[in-house]
Amino acid sequence: MVDINQANRLFPDDRGRFGDFGGKFIPETLMAAVSELESAYTEAKENDDFQTRLANLLHSYAGRPTSLYLAENLTRACGGAKIYLKREDLAHTGAHKINNALGQALLAKRMGKNRIIAETGAGQHGVASATACAMLGLECIVYMGSEDVKRQSLNVFRMKLLEAEVIPVDSGTKTLKDAINEAIRDWVTNVETTHYLIGSVVGPHPYPVMVRDFQTAIGREARAQLLEIEGKLPDYVLACVGGGSNSIGMFYPFVPDEDVKLIGLEAGGEGVETGNHSATLSAGRPGVLHGAMSYLLQDEHGQVMETHSISAGLDYPGVGPEHSYLKASGRAEYRDVTDGQALDAFHLLCRTEGIIPALESSHAVSAAVDLAKTLTPDQVVLVCLSGRGDKDIDIVAQSSGLQI
Amino acid sequence: MGELRIRRMFEKVREQKRPGLIVFVTAGFPDMDATMELVPALVAAGADAVELGVPFSDPLAEGPVIQESSFKALQNGTSLEDCLDITEALRGQIPDTPLILMGYYNPIYNYGLIPFAQGCHQAGVDGLITVDLPGFESDHLVAECQSHEISTIPLLAPTSTDESIKASCAEASGFIYCISVTGVTGAREQVSGRSIELLDRVKSNTDLPLAVGFGISNRTHVEEVGNTADAAVVGSALIRVMLESPRKELVERTSRFVRELAGVTLPNQGVV
Repeated sequence: MVDINQANRLFPDDRGRFGDFGGKFIPETLMAAVSELESAYTEAKENDDFQTRLANLLHSYAGRPTSLYLAENLTRACGGAKIYLKREDLAHTGAHKINNALGQALLAKRMGKNRIIAETGAGQHGVASATACAMLGLECIVYMGSEDVKRQSLNVFRMKLLEAEVIPVDSGTKTLKDAINEAIRDWVTNVETTHYLIGSVVGPHPYPVMVRDFQTAIGREARAQLLEIEGKLPDYVLACVGGGSNSIGMFYPFVPDEDVKLIGLEAGGEGVETGNHSATLSAGRPGVLHGAMSYLLQDEHGQVMETHSISAGLDYPGVGPEHSYLKASGRAEYRDVTDGQALDAFHLLCRTEGIIPALESSHAVSAAVDLAKTLTPDQVVLVCLSGRGDKDIDIVAQSSGLQI
Repeated sequence: MGELRIRRMFEKVREQKRPGLIVFVTAGFPDMDATMELVPALVAAGADAVELGVPFSDPLAEGPVIQESSFKALQNGTSLEDCLDITEALRGQIPDTPLILMGYYNPIYNYGLIPFAQGCHQAGVDGLITVDLPGFESDHLVAECQSHEISTIPLLAPTSTDESIKASCAEASGFIYCISVTGVTGAREQVSGRSIELLDRVKSNTDLPLAVGFGISNRTHVEEVGNTADAAVVGSALIRVMLESPRKELVERTSRFVRELAGVTLPNQGVV
């Protein structure tokens, strides 16, 4: 039996594996580029200039550290454990995605690659990439499923203002997974001049570990902030999981704290039993998509299934390999939250705290509310509020029968 | 049997001092019956070997033409099991022609590596090309294929490192598939000059025959490839003819195109 805490410090191994998950399942044309990225990242990770520059940008440009907020009204409404929100919605561009976008864009520049491609679902990673590229003077092309272009028009306009080129993707299911396919096709074609700025802890090694490293600021800060305020660690840490970048960033620094329970919330859509959901870890089984072995929603023939979620950012049939590992090892637990439950939590947080959360983050808020009710006032639930909800107002209005 | 059939095919084209012609068709496109009719007809028209594309929901190395054929084949319900059944049914009709499955790893992984290798052996599959399984990750599958006499054919690209070429050649059998461009599949105006440099690097690591694919779309390209390699692979250009042909004329039009590619008749001016 592998000791999870020790193992987590050792993983990924030199083949990019977290236990059975991860790896580099990619066309040969990309192997050299992925190896080059691995070397460049390994070097930059230990380089003081790079780390100082990134830390300065995260502080002065992106607004880190983000605050940790005790949601007293929400806590009172639940009548149980204290609920703390890690306010990634207050980071520049309105979500945690900027942490990784700045890190990778700086790295691309260091590698001499001035053309950046990115995929986006909800548009938050697209906006973060376009922002980082505008500031660092890089060309930016964002692939976005044509369905998502329709349901996230605000973010499409923001990307265009930032002078990124947004390319709608009409193939397959016209959502995030197809945007990733198209971005990989672009990368295969332009690999020598282009960096693929992946937005989550998915893809071939070294992406899952690199994106995790860029996102662990979330958990590191929250852990220190909570220790200072409460003088103790949380009992539970909750975060939503699509590809899984905000949740890995939040969980990772708590993995060695054995008494802290880690719970990831996936999109249950219309209910896992209906088949219309994106609950990969709850309802999928191991397979290979987009360069990594991980849990995958697939049919009996190994074809990747269509997914559904009210939140475009969670609407993805795969999940980061490290989450598959945390599930397999039992260190983290994964549950699902339906569209309806997420919407209720969205309205509750607006009403009680004056915070409009992203629909993605609302999944974590929903589970936190249910959990807090079952706990005592001396217990603490820490929630990653990964983004703000301005981008979602059309969907919320439509789902709630309201007019804008 | 697999390696033997492939070796004999390359020996034959070498003796005849001509480039071999390998054609790619997506299994189940435009429908399963069409695949059953097409493959023997294309062999009769001059194809030396056939790659049967196993459709996948996320074909991330394919250009728009093969994507479309793969999408339609999936709509027809074509599974990996069906591809094995098709191969088994074709085997009796074309006993000497190498039949090679080409696809993505997940359907194979889902099927189970051991049952898959057994199924290939039983169906008479000669070789396997797995697009998203570089040498680095392929140990288990290669071992299962070897024990069932299925050739595992690696893809190498202009961006491949010398280490990767060396490692892939060391565990390859059958032939080596050299990608002519850095890019996705799809017909192109010219054969990339970069393939020549790649072929030189691969030749210094193996005596196996070399095939060149991606972007080969007419007889001139096939002849060009013949100057430096053993065979040319034509996929997207052929699928495009299939996409443009009414079902009734499908076999006739695609056979005509393959005869052109094989140099059996003079190509029409301007037909690409």
